Amino acid sequence: MATRKTSEPFWWLLFAAGGMVAALLVPVHLLVHGLAVPLGWTSISHARMLALAGHPLVKLYLFALIALPLYHWAHRFRFILEDLGLRGLRTPIAILCYGAAVLGTVATLWVLWQI
Amino acid sequence: MTEETMTLEVTRYRPGHDREPRTQSFTVPYRTDWVVLDALNHIKDRIDGTLSYRWSCRMGVCGSCGMMVNGVPKLTCAAFLRDYRPGPIRVEPLANFPVIRDLVIALDDFMEKLRRVKPWIIRAVEKPVSDGEYLQTPAQLDAYKQFSMCINCMLCYAACPVYGLEPAFLGPAAIALAYRYNLDSRDEGYRLREPVLSEAVGVWECTFVGECSVVCPKGVDPAAAIQRSKLAGATDWLLSMIMPWAGRR
Amino acid sequence: MTAPRVERPGLFYPKLPATWWLRNANYFRFMLRELSSVFIALFLVVFLVQLHRLSQGPGAYAAYLETLRAPGWIIFHVVALAFALYHSVTWFNLTGVVQVVRLGERQVPPRLVAGASFALWAVVSVVLLWFLLRG
Repeated sequence: MATRKTSEPFWWLLFAAGGMVAALLVPVHLLVHGLAVPLGWTSISHARMLALAGHPLVKLYLFALIALPLYHWAHRFRFILEDLGLRGLRTPIAILCYGAAVLGTVATLWVLWQI
Repeated sequence: MTEETMTLEVTRYRPGHDREPRTQSFTVPYRTDWVVLDALNHIKDRIDGTLSYRWSCRMGVCGSCGMMVNGVPKLTCAAFLRDYRPGPIRVEPLANFPVIRDLVIALDDFMEKLRRVKPWIIRAVEKPVSDGEYLQTPAQLDAYKQFSMCINCMLCYAACPVYGLEPAFLGPAAIALAYRYNLDSRDEGYRLREPVLSEAVGVWECTFVGECSVVCPKGVDPAAAIQRSKLAGATDWLLSMIMPWAGRR
Repeated sequence: MTAPRVERPGLFYPKLPATWWLRNANYFRFMLRELSSVFIALFLVVFLVQLHRLSQGPGAYAAYLETLRAPGWIIFHVVALAFALYHSVTWFNLTGVVQVVRLGERQVPPRLVAGASFALWAVVSVVLLWFLLRG
């Protein structure tokens, strides 16, 4: 299938970029926003968080932080499903996984636009 | 003094008779210097002459005696009985390949893939013999040497779940050899191999399980060859998008 | 896609079961590595919701942080953090294998490349922590 052959490097590049972003940045954010703040180990006030997230450069950073690892997920999840024996459904699985990542990208843009 | 023994559970398959393989147990003498291949030879010589398997050099060079030993792809000439004591040892044909008989698997698929990647030096224009050899520096040799150690034993295919699930996948050894010639300073065949590698069932099929590199008896790292080929292919693709006018290498 | 393989009569064609990844420890670790992407993505979706609540005012933001205090969410984040760390470690180890770095004619050993990646990760993490927690 010609389309699959040519689109593969594109998704792989997004996967690789997302994997790198996830590896470098996600653990700290997970620790701070998922555990430290909810558990009260530290606090980031609404005003400060808003001021931070409102900065254009930080928005750009947040966009990369959230959107790119979605493609990393889409790529790996697609192959997990194929490796679990769903090879007959390769094309629909690829469309669903990458489609979900694209939707996530749009949602990220929308949320960041509102801040 | 009673002689020490070990049990081998060997897969048997008779084409035309058996619908699927079955297991047969053999008791063989235990010797500290015996490898699994010695034990199979003992069975064939002394117990059951109908047992079929491939072997040749007995010294890890020919690559023909690969089998599953306790579920792991091994050259049976290098798998010592003493490492599997007290046993029993399960000996099966290489995984993921069609079985012809007993421990003998069909090689056709791998041979066809090997040919497809053109694992030889390709020159745009061959220079005449009278002009002498193509010279290479030690650093140029180092660039690909590791990947040239492949003996085509196919253990990496037996270790690869992707090949097991998708028989069309080009597979570890073939890609590693394509990569080896692409890295060779004397070679000019990159563009001829690239279409084979960049197919969906070429490098992109690999999910980097990495077991091919673990089982390789020659220290080749096919997993690295495949990922680096992906990186090279993706970089090429990106450059062709950004600068469509620039010629690709 | 490629045509299905033509099976020759008389040969036995083994089928790899869907449970192949339970066969050896390396296969299982591979599956965990791939699965880490799911937890990372889930966390990022939760984080995106948090940013959305942020834009809706201090009340909505505080309420959302209160939700995240529930034991279920804490357990989720602990598990997700474990997977995220596993992803980072495997990713940087494999970076050394995939990315060939040359200094002059010599190839830098993959372990050194991996080591440099880990060092970069540490520096980036400290800078990020300082940025998020100061003031």
